[in-house]
Amino acid sequence: MAGPPRQTCPGQDGRRTGVAQLSLRGIKKRFRTTDVLHGIDLEIGDREFVVFVGPSGCGKSTLLRLIAGLDPITDGQFFLNGKLMNEVAPSRRGIAMVFQSYALYPHMDVYENMAFGARLMGLDKPEVERRIAEAARMLRLDELLQRKPRELSGGQRQRVAIGRALVRKPDVFLLDEPLSNLDAALRSEVRLEIARLHREIGGTMIYVTHDQVEAMTLADKIVVMNAGRIEQVGSPRELYESPANTFVATFIGSPRMSLVDVTREGNRLNVPDGGSLALDALPQVPALKLGLRPDAVSLHRGGGEGFEAQVVYTEYLGDNAYVYVRLADGTVLAARTAPNDAFAPDAPVRVTLAPGAAHFFSAEDGRRLVP
Amino acid sequence: MSAAADNAYYQRRGILGTLGRDGLLQIILIANTIIMLAPIIIMVFSAFKTTPQIFQSPFSLPDFSHIGNFVKIWTETNFLRYLLNSFVVTGASMVLILTLGTMAAYAIGRYQFTGSGFILMFFLAGLTLPLKLAIIPLFMLMRDLSILNNQLSLIFVYTAMGLPTTVFIMTGFIRTLPNELEDAARMDGASEARIMWSIMLPLVRPAMVIAGIQNVVPIWNDFFFPLVFIQNDNLKTLPQGLTTFMGEYTTDWGVLFAGLTLSAAPIILIYIVLSKQFIAGMTSGAVK
Repeated sequence: MAGPPRQTCPGQDGRRTGVAQLSLRGIKKRFRTTDVLHGIDLEIGDREFVVFVGPSGCGKSTLLRLIAGLDPITDGQFFLNGKLMNEVAPSRRGIAMVFQSYALYPHMDVYENMAFGARLMGLDKPEVERRIAEAARMLRLDELLQRKPRELSGGQRQRVAIGRALVRKPDVFLLDEPLSNLDAALRSEVRLEIARLHREIGGTMIYVTHDQVEAMTLADKIVVMNAGRIEQVGSPRELYESPANTFVATFIGSPRMSLVDVTREGNRLNVPDGGSLALDALPQVPALKLGLRPDAVSLHRGGGEGFEAQVVYTEYLGDNAYVYVRLADGTVLAARTAPNDAFAPDAPVRVTLAPGAAHFFSAEDGRRLVP
Repeated sequence: MSAAADNAYYQRRGILGTLGRDGLLQIILIANTIIMLAPIIIMVFSAFKTTPQIFQSPFSLPDFSHIGNFVKIWTETNFLRYLLNSFVVTGASMVLILTLGTMAAYAIGRYQFTGSGFILMFFLAGLTLPLKLAIIPLFMLMRDLSILNNQLSLIFVYTAMGLPTTVFIMTGFIRTLPNELEDAARMDGASEARIMWSIMLPLVRPAMVIAGIQNVVPIWNDFFFPLVFIQNDNLKTLPQGLTTFMGEYTTDWGVLFAGLTLSAAPIILIYIVLSKQFIAGMTSGAVK
């Protein structure tokens, strides 16, 4: 993390390089007396699709606004391509932003909306026209250029908002929950569209969402945030397979991972008054949290090895089913089963684990424990 | 028996039942319209009548080809001068009120700074102050500024009178504009002045119209301040000037009504032209 940021575009002052390397060093943000961000360190590489994800109020949108330059950074440094950006005006950072509400100028038609920023960049008329034509083609807006925003549907407004960012040819795109105003059907469509755009234009994209499905499907790199701190940075696979702590573990994945408080005796894990289970490799601590995803859990009828549990209810999803069971200590676990494997409510079952599929976390601070 | 009585009670339809709620509203609105329009129509009618005709048949239809009163007012009185003065004073006041008021409201509504609340309260306090009570200090002030008998005195007083309502109306409107529009414009590289001019002001135009009409009518019609500040006949505004007809012509009512008609016409026209602007709806579609 430490050391000078990599200089990827030597000697090109202020000129668009097509390369975007972001480097955040100890970024803090305070609103009056409330600390919103407690020191964010993050490196974002060129052409990466980075998703900030976290629950509402975790500071992800604030961080985005700091990168955009819309709010001043209280403390810390933000470098873009090796240049300190803390005091640079938003429009001079080579960054464009798509807002959650789209924020289209209501009194201008689509063409004017897109031309406004391009003209302010000092581009000449033919260049403005060329860029708008290009963006309109890419986003299929040709038919809509003379319309006012109020005459557009939600999805169309969304495309115009993206188009407005495109014509400025920024190095970095910021998208603030761009799908949250769309209905479910449109959402997956626009999600694909955004992924396609990222491939085509190849800029660095930073995307904020509270929806972990969006994060998992779009991101090269996910930044999980909670209460003004980064919990973990990694690829979707890394986050899913080796979450750094219980917060990340339960935030990523659906249905969410269940956490069971267990005690260890030798190579056996015990749920108080609820049976025990032998596992090969265990962290050498007396008590820990066992993290179980639905696909790690198998259910068995009858006696034998495993935690004792009682079926609560079954969610049938067609291609598979989730059975929720309650352990002796009250923890509810989800288990993925074959769709026609029916478990009656209140039936007693035993829970065993697929080998190597369990996650272990510290009982004290929730950090990941490696056996 | 009692059930039948109840039934009869419920079946009896009052005036509300016969006409329905909308019908009753229509009647009230039509009556209101007649009451409002009658004086204006009588004024216009009387402008085409001679003084004896006015008193013989005040409500009768006039001979609209009889435009002697208008010719007379145009050629034999100082009416044009008064009209021009009214335009100058009202126009300058409105330009000042809308420019200063909008700028003040924009600063109060969109920027956070210490004392913004106080400044707004300061403006609002002006709403509660009847400036007419301060006429004597104002007179002395204008005398010391040596702008008595000068239209500047009127323009200053009207601007001061108009600012509180304008700031009040505009601040409310400007505050409702979504912040993200401003952020978007800032990302696009717009300066603060351009954000205000190109993005925000087009969206608050309905509010400016409301604030404008709210102020233009009392200023155009004001009689009191010109009466106190202006003595020179060539500087008089219309309401003040029209009173001179009374003595001068031993009250030629026809000419007076013609003058009133002409002086009311600009305001009525402004109302008709701007009424469409009231229908706001400008921000719909800006932010979902």
